[in-house]
Amino acid sequence: FQASRAASLLPQLLLRRRPAPAGAFALLARPASSASGGLPPLTTEIHPGIKRGAFSQLTDADLSAFEAIVGGDHVIKDADEVLSYNIDWLRICRGQGQLVLRPKTTEEVSAIVRHCNKRRLAVVPQGGNTGLVGGSVPLFDEIVISTSRMNSLLSIDPVSGVLVAEAGCVLEQLDREAASQGLMMPLDLGAKGSCQIGGNLATNAGGLRLLRYGSLRGTTLGLEAVLPTGQVLDCLTTLRKDNTGYDIKQLLIGSEGTLGIITKAAILCPARPKSVQLAFLGLDSFQAVLDTYRLARRSLGEILSAFEFIDSESMRAVKQNLGLSCPLGEHSFYVLAETSGSNETHDREKLDGFIESVMSMDGCATDGTVAQDAGQFAHLWSLRERIVESLLVDGYEYKYDVSLPLADIYRLVEHMRTRLDGRVIRTAGYGHLGDGNLHLNFTTPKFDAKVLELIEPHVFDWVRDRRGSVSAEHGLGLKKSQYIRHSKADFAVRVMAEVKRLLDPNGIMNPYKVLPDE
Amino acid sequence: YIHIINKADMAASKGLKILVGCKRVIDYAVKVRVKPDRSGVVTEGVKHSMNPFDEIAVEEAVRMKEKKLAGEAVAISVGPPQSQETLRTALAMGIDRAIHVEIPLAQLEKLQPIHVSKLLAKVCESEKPDLVILGKQAIDDDCNQTGQMLAALLDWPQATFASKIEPSQDSKQLRVTREVDGGMETIDVSVPAVVTSDLRLNEPRYATLPNIMKAKKKPLAKMSPDQLGVDLQPRQEVISVEDPPVRKAGAKVESVEDLVGKLREKGLVK
Repeated sequence: FQASRAASLLPQLLLRRRPAPAGAFALLARPASSASGGLPPLTTEIHPGIKRGAFSQLTDADLSAFEAIVGGDHVIKDADEVLSYNIDWLRICRGQGQLVLRPKTTEEVSAIVRHCNKRRLAVVPQGGNTGLVGGSVPLFDEIVISTSRMNSLLSIDPVSGVLVAEAGCVLEQLDREAASQGLMMPLDLGAKGSCQIGGNLATNAGGLRLLRYGSLRGTTLGLEAVLPTGQVLDCLTTLRKDNTGYDIKQLLIGSEGTLGIITKAAILCPARPKSVQLAFLGLDSFQAVLDTYRLARRSLGEILSAFEFIDSESMRAVKQNLGLSCPLGEHSFYVLAETSGSNETHDREKLDGFIESVMSMDGCATDGTVAQDAGQFAHLWSLRERIVESLLVDGYEYKYDVSLPLADIYRLVEHMRTRLDGRVIRTAGYGHLGDGNLHLNFTTPKFDAKVLELIEPHVFDWVRDRRGSVSAEHGLGLKKSQYIRHSKADFAVRVMAEVKRLLDPNGIMNPYKVLPDE
Repeated sequence: YIHIINKADMAASKGLKILVGCKRVIDYAVKVRVKPDRSGVVTEGVKHSMNPFDEIAVEEAVRMKEKKLAGEAVAISVGPPQSQETLRTALAMGIDRAIHVEIPLAQLEKLQPIHVSKLLAKVCESEKPDLVILGKQAIDDDCNQTGQMLAALLDWPQATFASKIEPSQDSKQLRVTREVDGGMETIDVSVPAVVTSDLRLNEPRYATLPNIMKAKKKPLAKMSPDQLGVDLQPRQEVISVEDPPVRKAGAKVESVEDLVGKLREKGLVK
C-alpha cells in the first residue's frame, strides 16, 4: 500500500467501492522461515506428543476412486503443488498431506467423504487457508479437500437482502456482488481478499464490524453441508425466522471443519451504508481509550460501526516494517472509530458532536483526524488491518486472541511485556475494543521454544482467572485445543465430544483439531 | 525569509494573497454509474469529496502561508449547497476564509468551465488576489480549461501543471516548474498570476481535530451568479452519456489440454 496518496490518483486503479484496502493478504510480506530451506518445521516436530490416529493409508485404488469422482485434473498428487496446501498462512505449521482434491459440486464432496469414511481415511476441509490456529492444514497425511472450485454465487435478493453462495466464494468478491445490489456482507476482516465464506462460517469469523452487524451465528440464515458419513445436510433456508426443531446449522458454524464440510451458505446482508465516516484519534492512556469508547457509544450509538484500538508498539511495527505513515504524532494508543449510516449530513453532525466531546473531555484525545476522502479512509484503516502482516516481517509471530473484561485488556499486555522483556522483538496489543477482544502478539527473529514456554500456558491461565476466553474469534484449531477447558466447563467439553462421536463415528473429519486428544 | 514584491499591495511584508479553487466532485474511489436515461451519471446518494487536484492546490496555499510567502489564503467553490462541506475541508486544512458561489440545481448540470472562469474572474475583481491556484482539472469532466480561461479573462500570466512553486531568483516573480510531455519546464511568472496544480506538487495533509473544530468558526461568505452579473447560459448540450463498451469476457479453461484445444479452434495454433 503506497505511502504517498498523491501517487495513487489514477482513476483506473481506484475502482474500489468498498472503502477498505483490497485484499491486504495480496501484498504479503512473508518472512523467511527458519529451518529447512525457508520452510516452516513439520508440525509433528513442534508437537511430538500427538500420535497419528488409527486411519488407513492412501492406496492406488483410492486414487482411482477420487479420479472417477472429480476427474484427473482435480486430483493433485504432485509434491510441489501439494506443499502449499500443507502450510498455513502464518507459516507456523507444515503438514505431510500427500493428496489434494478439488471438487466442484456438493455431490462430488459427498462422494469423496463417503469413500473416505468407508475407508477410514482422514480429511481436512480447506477454504482460503487463512486460519490463524493451524486448523486448516494437515498434521500427518490427511487428505485436503479444497472448496476453491465451488465458487458460484447462487442468488442475491435485493429486497430481502439474502445472498446464497457456494462455500468457496471469496469474501471480498461476495461483497462486491452485494454492493452492486446496494448491500454488503455482514462481516469484514483483513483476510477478505483470500478467505472463503465456507471457512468464515466454519470458524464463526468475527472481524472489524461485528460490533455493528453481529456474528455469523445471527446473519447466517441457512447452510448446506456434507457430514462425515458423506450424507448431505440440507438446511439451506433463506427464511429470516424458522423455529422448527433444533437449529443444527449452529453446530456446524464455528466447528472449524470437524463436524462436516459446509458447501453452501445463505447470508442475510445489511444495506450498504450511504455514508461511512472515520475518526482516527491519538490518546495517551488506556483509560482514555475506554472513556472515548463510552463517549462513542453515547454520541454515535446507532451509527457506530467499528471501534478499534492500536498500541504504540503495533503502530511502530507498521511504520518500520511496512513503511506506512501515520498522520498523528507519537501516542501510547490510537483509536479508529467508524460510523456507517444512511445520511451523510446527519452522520457528519453526529461525528462532529462526538469529536467536540472527545476534545473537551479531560485526558481524552487532543490529536486526531477525520478522513476527508476515500483515499484517507483506506490509508487510516490500513494502519490497523496490516498490523499482522507487519509483525510477520520481524520473523516469527506468536499470536493470541482473547476476550477479557474491558478494564483488563491492556493490563494483560503490560504484564506480558514485562514478563518477556528482552526475550522478544516486540509485544504488540491491538484489537476490537468494542467487542472486548484483544489481539496480543509477540515476535522473535526465529521460533524460540523458551519464549513459547514463557508465554504458554501463562497467558491462558491469566485469561482463565479473569473468566475470559482463550480464543475470542480465531478458534481452537490445532494450536489451542488443549486449552479448551480454560474457557469451557469440563462437562460442556464432554457433551461436545459426544456430538463429535455422533456425527463423525470414525473421527475422519479434521482430526487433532478443536477438541483435545482424549 | 523571502520578500515578495506584491504588485497590488506595496506593503511587502504582508505576503501574497492567494485564492484557491475547490470543486466538489464524486469521490475518486466510487464506481461511477450512468443514469438509465443516459442523461448523465448517478450523483444522488453517492459519496462526494474535494477534487484531488484541488486538495493539492489548498495544501500548496497553506504551505505558502506557513513559509510566510503568503499572508492570506481564501478558498472558493462554485457549486450546490453541499459545496460548503468541501469548503469546510479546505478551512480545516488551514485556509483562512471561504466563498461559496451557490448554483441552483437546475443550472448545475449545465455548468461549464467558461461559466466558472467568468465567475472566478468577477470574484478576482473584488478580492484582488495576487495568486490564484486551481487544480489542473476536475476528475469528473477532465476539462483542464478553467485555469487557462481565467488567466485569459483577467489577462494574467498562467503557469499550468505546476509541480513546484517558489520565489524567482530576484524574488520579484514566481518560479514555477511545470510537468509537460517532454519532461519539466521551469518558467518565471509575474504576479498576479494563475497557477494550476499537478499531482506531484505536494501531498495534502490530514485535517487535524483542532483545525476541524476551528473551521466551523471561520467566515464562509455566500454569493450568487446574479450578484456577480454572470450569465450561466449553457454553450454546449450533452446529448448522451454512455458506458464505455464492455470488454468481451474471456473463457476460462480447466487444463493445458483444454487451452491447446481452444487455441486450435480459433486457428491460433496448428
